[in-house]
Amino acid sequence: MLKHFTLDGKRIPFAEGQTIMDAAMAAGEYIPHLCHNPEFAPHGSCRVCTVKLNGRRVAACTAPALDGAEVENDTDELRDERRTLLQLLFIEGNHICPACDKSGNCQLQALAYYCGMTAPEFTHRYPLRPLDASHPDFVIDFNRCILCELCVRASRDADGKSVFAIHGRGIQAHLAIDSPSGKLGDSKLHKEDRAASVCPVGAILPKHTGYAVPIGERLYDRKPISVAGDVSDHRKDSS
Amino acid sequence: MTTPHSTIDQLETAENPARLRRVAIEPLTRVEGHGKVTLLLDDENRVRQARLHIVEFRGFEKFIQGRPYWELPVLVQRLCGICPVSHHLAAAKAVDQLVGVDQLPPAAEKIRRLMHLGQHLQSHALHFFHLSSPDLLFGYDDAVAHRNIIGVLAEYPDLAKQGVMLRRFGQEVIRITSGKRVHGTGAIPGGVNKRISRQERDYLAQEYEPILDWARGALALAKKLLFADTENTRNFAAITTNMLSLVRTDGALDLYHGGLRARDPDGATLFDHFDYRNYGDQIHEQVKPWSYMKFPYIRALGENAGAYRVGPLARVNNCDYIDTPLAESARREFRAFARGGAVQSTLAYHWARMIELLYCAERIGMLLNDEALMGSEIHTRGEMRNEGIGVLEAPRGTLFHHYQIDDDGLVTRANLIVSTTNNNRAMNQSIRQVANDLFDGREITEPLLNSIEVAIRAYDPCLSCATHALGKMPLQLELVDANGATRQVLRRDSTE
Repeated sequence: MLKHFTLDGKRIPFAEGQTIMDAAMAAGEYIPHLCHNPEFAPHGSCRVCTVKLNGRRVAACTAPALDGAEVENDTDELRDERRTLLQLLFIEGNHICPACDKSGNCQLQALAYYCGMTAPEFTHRYPLRPLDASHPDFVIDFNRCILCELCVRASRDADGKSVFAIHGRGIQAHLAIDSPSGKLGDSKLHKEDRAASVCPVGAILPKHTGYAVPIGERLYDRKPISVAGDVSDHRKDSS
Repeated sequence: MTTPHSTIDQLETAENPARLRRVAIEPLTRVEGHGKVTLLLDDENRVRQARLHIVEFRGFEKFIQGRPYWELPVLVQRLCGICPVSHHLAAAKAVDQLVGVDQLPPAAEKIRRLMHLGQHLQSHALHFFHLSSPDLLFGYDDAVAHRNIIGVLAEYPDLAKQGVMLRRFGQEVIRITSGKRVHGTGAIPGGVNKRISRQERDYLAQEYEPILDWARGALALAKKLLFADTENTRNFAAITTNMLSLVRTDGALDLYHGGLRARDPDGATLFDHFDYRNYGDQIHEQVKPWSYMKFPYIRALGENAGAYRVGPLARVNNCDYIDTPLAESARREFRAFARGGAVQSTLAYHWARMIELLYCAERIGMLLNDEALMGSEIHTRGEMRNEGIGVLEAPRGTLFHHYQIDDDGLVTRANLIVSTTNNNRAMNQSIRQVANDLFDGREITEPLLNSIEVAIRAYDPCLSCATHALGKMPLQLELVDANGATRQVLRRDSTE
């Protein structure tokens, strides 16, 4: 017999071993998230999916579902906190949506809209982060990396290459590339690799093309992220 | 009468520069919004120095270094909120060369041209109706509170509405072709990202119906207002300069593509059908310590004699003909106004601008009837190159975008000569002419201040988008006596 918890008062069934996020997704309920992708082991790093489980804050992507638990998700309080988290992500890097190729197909941007973020309220850090365009097929714009580690997990778990890793700690944390020069062009990344197309933001993008999808036809132009889902759900459409 | 150049040029720098006082008003954007005029007077209240400062910061050339080339058309269009399409397309033309494309598929070029015509239409309408018509309708000395678009709306509601609707149509053309009215993404390397569907074409054709009549009316109005005082039209802020523009291979007016043509004040050709990719052979830029904006000039003639004007005045003067019947008829009448050589009157910019507005209306009508506009092949690619130079005619004049990239596709160098920059020296000369003619020995009054603005506004510089008496033009006029003391400050800022 299936167990249940309630998500904002709605009964959500789950199987033993499922997380709150797994069960909510299976039930068609949306819990905002960035670093989570059901293809890969949950990571719990972005904290955007933080919900209240019986009054305690937990990451929905890593917290096991509990029978009879009450889970709060879409509340003003949590939405405010998520908006703050998103603002911190925006000001840590250089996320210039108006000129970004990923605009309209970007989970960070779509989630910011969903959470009602109109502008970052914190002081921008404006870090200086040169691009790595050494690979023939892809460019990495470190300005837009949100350290979700999806590329790290995809390269390690799906591609078996471990091209990517996070180096440094705290504010010094950054995406590093496993190659003799530290450049993507010297790495083993292949254009068919899952790691090459898993980025939910505009950090890893194909080269020589941009803005190919007209405004109005991009993934999040017509539907909010809560309905349209993740970029990975639409790989062919959003690449 | 036009004062000789030498006299006007003397007003650039007073004899005792140590006493000059430089005041900066914080620039917010690249071109729009922030202008400053400084005058230096001697003890007899004679103007010794007159300068137009555009306190802009040309950051784009630097901060796009290291960015991927395919971002450029979308990134650099943020230079401007009024003519972003021109920057978008100038960059796209340069990027076409980077991806080895010298000829776009016909549908792609037509879509880009349509986008650009929509841009000119809305920009020219904005300038004439919203920014300049209050001066022309009510006079330079009309009350500030009345001399604005609100005053026009109150007294000439039909006229003001036509201005708004003309602009709206241009913006709709831009929206259909680029996805958004402002800052869309239509042009991509080697073409465009969006076809024009039959439904979209039919929508624009339906909206187009009154446009031609309104454009004719706008031209008629401009002429009527300018010829209400023909002598003032001829002489106000009048200077004599060379003219530079693109012309089509057959000499016709073309706003999207062509070769460079420069003519001297007598109408003699300095160079013609010059490949703009070699623009550096003909155009150099001078830097002056008192302005953030460079002073381009025709290399062979030197820094002062080589100054030139661009924009509607230069284009309508320079072209051999216009390939639409109504605008061509208007061009002939315009050229007849010249007393030999080119029409040099600064206020004739308004006239030429409305001739172009009519041209754009006619051309858009032709394109909307062109089946090839809806073609399905909208982009192509070639072999990568490391350098691209895109030049076109923006509403305010010839616009140069020059990029170099490394083998990874990242920008290593950029040079932009923006339309307003080309007119820098001419605008300065025009305000010196006004200062010389009107200000000498008199107390400064608001109407005199506005007469300087009228001279600047005729050029429709990008700062003009925020320079009207609605209070959107932060302009500070300072009178400094020979001892360096500020005697009078008249200021308008964006909060008034």
